[in-house]
Amino acid sequence: MSAIDVQGVSKTLDSIETLIDISMSIDCRQFVAILGPSGCGKSTLLNIVAGLLTPDKGRIELNGEDWTGRTGRVSYMQQKDLLLPWLPILDNVSIPLVLRGVRKREAHDTARKYLQDFGLDGFESYYPRQLSGGMRQRAALLRTYLFTSDIMLMDEPFAGLDAITRRKMQLWLKDLCAKYQPTVLLVTHDIDEALLLADTVYVFSARPARIKLRLDVLHADSGQREQQKRDILSVLEAPATTVY
Amino acid sequence: MKRSGSIAHNLVPAITLLVILAIWEGAVRLSRVPAYIMPGPVQIISTLRANFSLLLNHTGSTMLEALIGFGLAVIIAFLVAFALNQVNWLNQAVMPLLVVTQTIPIITLAPLFLIWFGWGMLPKVLVVILVCFFPVVINLLNGLNSVDPDLVNLFRSMGAGRMDVFRMVKLPSALPAFFAGMKISASYGVMAAVIGEWLGAQQGLGYYMTIAQKSFRVDKVLAAVMIIAGLSLIWVKIIDWMEILVMPWTRHEREWEID
Repeated sequence: MSAIDVQGVSKTLDSIETLIDISMSIDCRQFVAILGPSGCGKSTLLNIVAGLLTPDKGRIELNGEDWTGRTGRVSYMQQKDLLLPWLPILDNVSIPLVLRGVRKREAHDTARKYLQDFGLDGFESYYPRQLSGGMRQRAALLRTYLFTSDIMLMDEPFAGLDAITRRKMQLWLKDLCAKYQPTVLLVTHDIDEALLLADTVYVFSARPARIKLRLDVLHADSGQREQQKRDILSVLEAPATTVY
Repeated sequence: MKRSGSIAHNLVPAITLLVILAIWEGAVRLSRVPAYIMPGPVQIISTLRANFSLLLNHTGSTMLEALIGFGLAVIIAFLVAFALNQVNWLNQAVMPLLVVTQTIPIITLAPLFLIWFGWGMLPKVLVVILVCFFPVVINLLNGLNSVDPDLVNLFRSMGAGRMDVFRMVKLPSALPAFFAGMKISASYGVMAAVIGEWLGAQQGLGYYMTIAQKSFRVDKVLAAVMIIAGLSLIWVKIIDWMEILVMPWTRHEREWEID
């Protein structure tokens, strides 16, 4: 049984065909990245998996249960950190627990246990605007993790950061995932990020999005990685009319 | 650095004010305009001191009308904004009307209230409510309606109900707009009460002004104006302080970022 099972999903948004017959199956504890040209409908797919959008065709199964068009099973992190500026960091990351009915003090106690691993130790009483972009994204990720730790969706989480911070964040996320072993579906347009983090990479075509390539990442040596990067690039740069 | 900057910030307009008052005083003295046409600031202040206890009495009843009216206006505005924000069709039906009604100079309706509700406190309070209501409701509603939809989506995806979203997301992010509206209203509140009193009253600063005006005591009229201006200023300041108190996160605005 797979953690995320996308079955033949199609979606038309504002009379523009966005997704055509997308199927993918993601095993438990797998890290999957979706690559594709910008505006190809990657985010739409995440919105559908999250349950914020209902697909025109197809269904979403999470751990074998039908969750098509329903929110609440997976956690979802976006490019914007979406932290509430009026709450200190500890309150911000505790929000999912509080919404679930956990008392504030217990929610704080739970959240505190993760501050170290998420690089937020000592900053729990700071307001979001006092933190750097990287720290805000880590706080957003902790909030995401505290909502649902087993299946997480991420929509270009590091795209708004500068190159150096982004690289640091990617390495940090890799360690974090090795420790906590969540199932992750990551959308990105950064090939290096996908190859660094993911076990499997899907490459989407331009809109309407189809799956053009499915690639199991070889973490063996840098030569193989370069080869895989060239493979992905050749698919991404192929003429838009080509249908695989 | 910041502190001394803010002192200089307050000092400059204060000096400007003093200069203007000095020019006024000098012009009145040099041109020998009679005091019943235009008194200088020095005379106004001495009139203010001579009539202080009487003025204080009148100020009390004006202030009471203004405060009651303002308080009720804020409560009503809050309820209306909440309802319109929650019910989409109601918002579409009523919001444009609210904006259009802002173009009606509410003050011109004041004589009607006198006809309908007599000479007591009620018509003045009603004028204050009408004047104070619109800035608050429009600002608050704009604040509530312009919340980042991604933020609302995020909370929905975390299982938040409508009231959770309102309480945790919409209301706090609308607070700056809410306070901006209240500041506009506060600066109009005293004025509205005074105008209500002009039309007919037995007490209040407006009543005092009409009596003084009928006996050509321009200095007394201007003394009352000074009190009205002072009251409005204090009121706006109080709301400023409340804003800082209620929204502590804005205080850190200029602090440096941590990396």
